[in-house]
Amino acid sequence: MSTSHESENQEMQTSVKPSSLAEVAKAKAVKVPGTAALGTGLETRGVHAWFGKHHALSNISLDFAAGTVTALIGPSGCGKSTFIRTINRMHEFIPGAAMAGEVLLDGKDVYAPGTDVTKIRLQIGMVFQKPNPFPSMTIGENVLSGLKLAQLKVENKEDLLEECLERAGLWNEVKDRLGAHGGSLSGGQQQRLCIARALAVRPQVLLMDEPCSALDPGSTLRIEETIRHLSETMTIIIVTHNMQQAARVSDYTAFFLSDGGPGQMIEVAPTSEIFSRPQDSRTESYVTGRFG
Amino acid sequence: MTMTATPTRPWAASPKDRAIDGAIFIGSLLSSYLLVFLTPLKGKLAYFVCFFIAYAIFTTAFKGIQRGNAAAKDALVNSLVAIGAIVTVIPAASILATVLQKGLPGISFRLFTTDMALATPTDPLSNGGLLHAITGTLTLMVLALVMSVPIGILTALYLTEIKGRFTGPIRFLVQAMSGVPSIVAGLFILSAILYPITKGYSGFMGALSLTILMIPTIARTSEEVLNLIPNDLREAGTALGGTQLRTVAMIVLPAARSGLVTAVILGVARIAGETAPILLLTGGGDKVNPNAFTGPMGSLPYYIWKSFNAGSPEAITRAWAGLLVLVGLVLILFTSARFLGSRKVSK
Repeated sequence: MSTSHESENQEMQTSVKPSSLAEVAKAKAVKVPGTAALGTGLETRGVHAWFGKHHALSNISLDFAAGTVTALIGPSGCGKSTFIRTINRMHEFIPGAAMAGEVLLDGKDVYAPGTDVTKIRLQIGMVFQKPNPFPSMTIGENVLSGLKLAQLKVENKEDLLEECLERAGLWNEVKDRLGAHGGSLSGGQQQRLCIARALAVRPQVLLMDEPCSALDPGSTLRIEETIRHLSETMTIIIVTHNMQQAARVSDYTAFFLSDGGPGQMIEVAPTSEIFSRPQDSRTESYVTGRFG
Repeated sequence: MTMTATPTRPWAASPKDRAIDGAIFIGSLLSSYLLVFLTPLKGKLAYFVCFFIAYAIFTTAFKGIQRGNAAAKDALVNSLVAIGAIVTVIPAASILATVLQKGLPGISFRLFTTDMALATPTDPLSNGGLLHAITGTLTLMVLALVMSVPIGILTALYLTEIKGRFTGPIRFLVQAMSGVPSIVAGLFILSAILYPITKGYSGFMGALSLTILMIPTIARTSEEVLNLIPNDLREAGTALGGTQLRTVAMIVLPAARSGLVTAVILGVARIAGETAPILLLTGGGDKVNPNAFTGPMGSLPYYIWKSFNAGSPEAITRAWAGLLVLVGLVLILFTSARFLGSRKVSK
């Protein structure tokens, strides 16, 4: 396993000839999954989701090994976002929502009766599509808001604040104005602030729902670097419409598709496989840009 | 070599445009005088009406000649909008001016330090004051606020955050209640509480009726404000491990703070000048009554009503002074509420 510094170098080399997504995907450092300190990872077994009578997602079984980045790709409306919202139990907030199946975090079903759902959401953090810093709070307060919301105690708030902003790649830009309002940052900075906010409660798993879709290429690159760094200490699942992004940041890629009915998972494989030797012809059509 | 650039505003009106606008304005003034002079129209209102009509016609015609049909329509609608705005402001400004003009002669330092316990409205102005009315009105407002703000905002939270089974009926009831005439609220308290239970006038009875009037205003406005808070924020709070209670208390309410202050201000505006239920329930004492729960309590609307009824020139001056104090009081309350509500809120 090479260090992150080397992996950046490799990325830079390949960016000279970005002709093939497969090459981009291969150029990353190879991950060794399953470090004990990170827990045993996340697993979904036969997850279905409904909105009222509409069957949105059918029978998704996926393993997310600890310390890996998994990208979920597929056309709009195929259930990717719904799927990650079932993982941290945000799906249930939609009126009429229903689900089936199991989501196992460290072997325990997050939907088991008697589960403290707020604890689950502390272990499985989430970054949303649109940056949403809390408007009534300063930058510093935003980062630490999760601790207050969940009533957690920490020894040294200043250290945690700096660490989270550092890991989100925002510290140098905001260290002199932690008292300013979150809304005063640019869109890309706001999104990194939301990542820092999610990190402050020390989740094992981080769900990212198209985190870069509202951002410019520069900010996108910063966030992708952030994701690569974060994956050393946590499991990341990222929904993206940008296949270059999936190739650049993820270790595994799962392709979702809906043929008019509920969304299904067509194929999951190491990212370089998906982009070089997809098993399913529909995956091949999608990653080569023939539809979707 | 760097080029030096001077900042200009190419879109601003040129001196020629401004001269033409001035000419149209003066032309409209002159023609309004002429029209009033030549026709049987009389009075200030006639000048206003003639001026606005002339101004609208002149600007429309001129722009039409200068820039064509579309510009003429634009000028016509612009002048109609301006006229609408002015017509709205005139009555308010006129009321304020009248209150100031007639109220100022009655204002003195004495007015704020004495009550009417030993004076009648027809006494000379050097006798008695409206301290009892100011303290009474403030007591009524504070009591009504203490009761209606929690109930109103909790109702709004039920409608926007909990969205329970009774959301529909409660929203309907709140809307229906906001149309209740104030005398009905007064009679309700009179027949439901004052006659059967307390059997005596008190400030608290008045505050109860004002609370009934305030709750729907606060609840409806708060509901609208809370509905404007993006759902993203609630989801973000929940996704960080917050319970619904903590998410609402730490994120939704602070984000809505300035809007909630507006809701409370509108609630106070609804009741500040309410007279009918006060007449029925507080008894309108002439003495400062520090106890809101027993004995008659004075208030500014009651004082104004009583003084106007007394009819003598002194009493009328008292009434105007009371009005001025009431307007001033409301203004001070609104300004301080705005100030408190807008601090530390980012845009």
